[in-house]
Amino acid sequence: MFYYNLKLIIKITLSRKRNNTQTMKNFRNYTLIALTAISLAACSSDDDGDIPEIINEEEVITTLNLTLQSGAETIVLTSQDLDGDGPNAPTITVSGNLDVSTVYNGTVEFLNETESPAEDITEEVEEEADEHQVFYTPSAGVDAAIAYGNFDSDNNPLGTVVTLTTGATAGTGTLTVTLRHEPTKPNDGTLSDAGGETDIQVTFPVTVE
Amino acid sequence: MKFYLWLSIALLSITATAQECSYTLSGYIIDLHDNEVLQEATIIIVGSERSVTTDAQGKYVITDLCEDQYTLQVSHPACETQLVKVTVSGNTTRTINMEHHLESLGDVEIVAHAHKSKSRTATESVVDHNLLENNSAASLGDALKNLSGVTSLNTGNSVVKPVIQGLHSSRVVLITEGTRLQDQEWGVEHAPNIDVNAAGEVTVIKGAAGLQYGGDAIGGTIIIEPEQVPVKDTLFGRTIITGATNGRGGSITTSLIKSYNNGWYGGINGTLKRFGDFEAPDYVLSNTALYERDLSVRIGVNKYRYGVEASYSIFDKESGILRSSHVGNAADLSVAINSQEPFVVEPFTYDINAPRQEVKHQIAKLKSFYRFDNFGKLSAQVDYQRNNRLEFDIRRDSDDLRPSIDLQLETIGGKIDFDYTADNTITAKVGISGRYQDHFPDPVTGVRRLIPDYQGYDFGIYALGSKDFGMWTIEAGARYDYNRINAEKFYITSLWEAREYDVNFAQFVVEEFENQIFVKPEFEYHNFSATAGASYEVNDATTVSLNYALASRSPNVSELFSDGLHQSAARLELGDLSFNQEVANKISLNFTRSTDTWSFTIAPFANFIEDFILIEPTGVQQTLRGSFPVWEYRQTQARLLGFDIDNNVQVTDRFEFSNQFSLVKGKDVTFDRALINVPSASTRNSVTYTMPSVNNLKLSLESNYVFRQNEFPDTNFDVFLPETNTTELVDISTPPDAYHLLNFRSSIDFAINDKSNLNVGLMVNNLFDTSYREYLNRQRYFADDLGRNVLLQLKINY
Repeated sequence: MFYYNLKLIIKITLSRKRNNTQTMKNFRNYTLIALTAISLAACSSDDDGDIPEIINEEEVITTLNLTLQSGAETIVLTSQDLDGDGPNAPTITVSGNLDVSTVYNGTVEFLNETESPAEDITEEVEEEADEHQVFYTPSAGVDAAIAYGNFDSDNNPLGTVVTLTTGATAGTGTLTVTLRHEPTKPNDGTLSDAGGETDIQVTFPVTVE
Repeated sequence: MKFYLWLSIALLSITATAQECSYTLSGYIIDLHDNEVLQEATIIIVGSERSVTTDAQGKYVITDLCEDQYTLQVSHPACETQLVKVTVSGNTTRTINMEHHLESLGDVEIVAHAHKSKSRTATESVVDHNLLENNSAASLGDALKNLSGVTSLNTGNSVVKPVIQGLHSSRVVLITEGTRLQDQEWGVEHAPNIDVNAAGEVTVIKGAAGLQYGGDAIGGTIIIEPEQVPVKDTLFGRTIITGATNGRGGSITTSLIKSYNNGWYGGINGTLKRFGDFEAPDYVLSNTALYERDLSVRIGVNKYRYGVEASYSIFDKESGILRSSHVGNAADLSVAINSQEPFVVEPFTYDINAPRQEVKHQIAKLKSFYRFDNFGKLSAQVDYQRNNRLEFDIRRDSDDLRPSIDLQLETIGGKIDFDYTADNTITAKVGISGRYQDHFPDPVTGVRRLIPDYQGYDFGIYALGSKDFGMWTIEAGARYDYNRINAEKFYITSLWEAREYDVNFAQFVVEEFENQIFVKPEFEYHNFSATAGASYEVNDATTVSLNYALASRSPNVSELFSDGLHQSAARLELGDLSFNQEVANKISLNFTRSTDTWSFTIAPFANFIEDFILIEPTGVQQTLRGSFPVWEYRQTQARLLGFDIDNNVQVTDRFEFSNQFSLVKGKDVTFDRALINVPSASTRNSVTYTMPSVNNLKLSLESNYVFRQNEFPDTNFDVFLPETNTTELVDISTPPDAYHLLNFRSSIDFAINDKSNLNVGLMVNNLFDTSYREYLNRQRYFADDLGRNVLLQLKINY
């Protein structure tokens, strides 16, 4: 604000040199007084420099990585939306197909990559385990069962670590990963019973073969 | 001195005898405090035996006068007697101002009498003292809803925004004691930051005819005036205590005014409101508690010729937002809409948790006037307003206590007005005003700014006048406004490009960052507005008036700059930098017939708005949180047609029946479909039984029927629900059903002593505990509206 005002004063002082009648001078003096009054009253909201402080959205989660590991085989399911709430849709990639009748050790990772270095939101979720839960919802056609691998202090499931076990039937469908904030805990494992708010929801195309 | 005066009068009357003496002196006697005419004022020509009295219109006529100077002694029971010199030259007119000392302020009749129309030909309605007091524990919006044609846009029950004949937010200008309220009125979840208890009277002009207040009031103008202070030695006050069952809380408000014969006065007004969670008929509306504290003080001097007043007010309100209305994404919204009950219903509490709002509005003001005899009144004022708005959302990290929105809007304004008062068949006003505004969104939130940093510069000039020609009154006015906005904003680069701003607004770009772009948009607007009207008094009881108003409104910062997630609304909101101003042409007709037993008004209107800016859902956008509804602003040709009816019948001395009906139809002419969020038709009927002999006992039953809005645009969209593996329609357009509420009201007066009286009121709102949802309540998707509420109110005047 002061900066802004200074510019105005300079502008006025400059124009004074060009036009020098007494009345204009008086007028300008009044303008200066008025402007000073304005700046005094309004100075609490201040831009210190040319540019207001840039905000890297802290609430946004840009990236979800679900890593499924079975022996030497690793399958990574990724959804990345680097413009956050911007118009671009997330890019979804699945590195490979799942095998039938296999046990996968799964870990999920949430990142905010608009900040650099990227902020690991998983840590925050795990610290506040009692306020969060990750849900895994396979669609029809995907024969898979999920067992929770980590729990909150009340021994209710958290779900950043899971075990995914595929059945004997091959098929194609989707697997949806949902992070809920403040769900009802304990719940029956379904989204509708859990309630709360969705922080992340990604639907991956999945093939079990 | 007096001796010489008398002597000269005597001498003059002697010399006058030789001249022709057939001239007439006539004019009006007017009370300077409220511009009302004074009837039965006595005028004596000093030095003669002659005297006349003014008639019902305040007019006096003295015939058979000579071309000469006379001294008139003017007296009235309620005024100080004064001597006035008049020079008669031919037939002469002279309006004489008197200083009327109001007898007492508690007298309702005088409050009603002092109301002065703000416009001579436009449609206007008044909320009086009693109605404001009945709503002491509620809000300004709730009080205004009692007027025909005025509804409200709610976020729950404590954020109530007035809607005038279908229009709201930036299209409704709010004037409080001469200051245009600058409280970020652009947001639909921002209610006016005004304490309903500080108002003495509220006038609503339905349309843009009040050019002295601004040229952009496409919806209308709400004018809030404080209680008038009498010029006499007195100390009086008022305390209202209200307790309510719903919300298990109440409010207390007290005002005290001290005034002196010499014109000095001071006043103070304080309000405290505290409510816990409100309740719908079937469940607690969790996290809807509120806590409000307001204070206003003023001190001034009001002399016959001049007056100065300094005042300060603060409004501080914290309100919870229904917990269940905070949803994560479109899938959550879909589930919420299809569910009968809100997700979160917890035991009653007075605690206010996130999501919540904390708003604080302060006004400091200095105003003054000076009267020129037989010419007019010059007024000047400067004011400073500071509006702070904090919105706390549910953050991912619950230990993070920072607000998600932290906005500060500061406004310095000044204006000078001149009111011509020398001829009471003419009203004429001219004025200029200027305003500087600074908006600062604090980056401490860690959430991208919803409204950017900006500076605003506004300048306005107007002239407005009316003239009476017997039965006819003609009114006309014009106004010019200059608005400038210098903003500083970060856009997400992908959004900047997707909206083709990189092509059309490349000149604003200052610096590019990794995935954001810093721009300095600067816009200026030249707005013209005008009004013209005529009114005709068909007979003593009947008046017809017609008014045309042209209004122009610059797009507001929300319409221009919105560019992303509005978390509390769970939607993405997109403005548009290419918007130009809205221009409205409104024609309103007003037919009033008023006799002692029956008063009837019908007021149809047609409002044609070019480049009307509206926001509505346009689809969904995929993000990592799932899909989000996108609400986009766009400009269109709009047309609003409607009418308001007011009917009041005094059936007997004791029985009164009153009826109101309001209808507005909004059409998007470009898309040939209904406009979104147009209030439904409604009718309000009441019977009141008064028994003056039994302590002025009043019993009243009111029925309020709100029809279903059958005209709405279909803006539903589909969303994928992983749980059922299906695509579901999210029905965000279909309005809720019609509803009918019954309200009961009773009051009784007790005299405490000579000067004090107590009025006890018992009110029951929603008598039958009806479950309902209102189309214009943004929380209608999530929960029912309020259930039964029993209120007990004590009013003490002293």
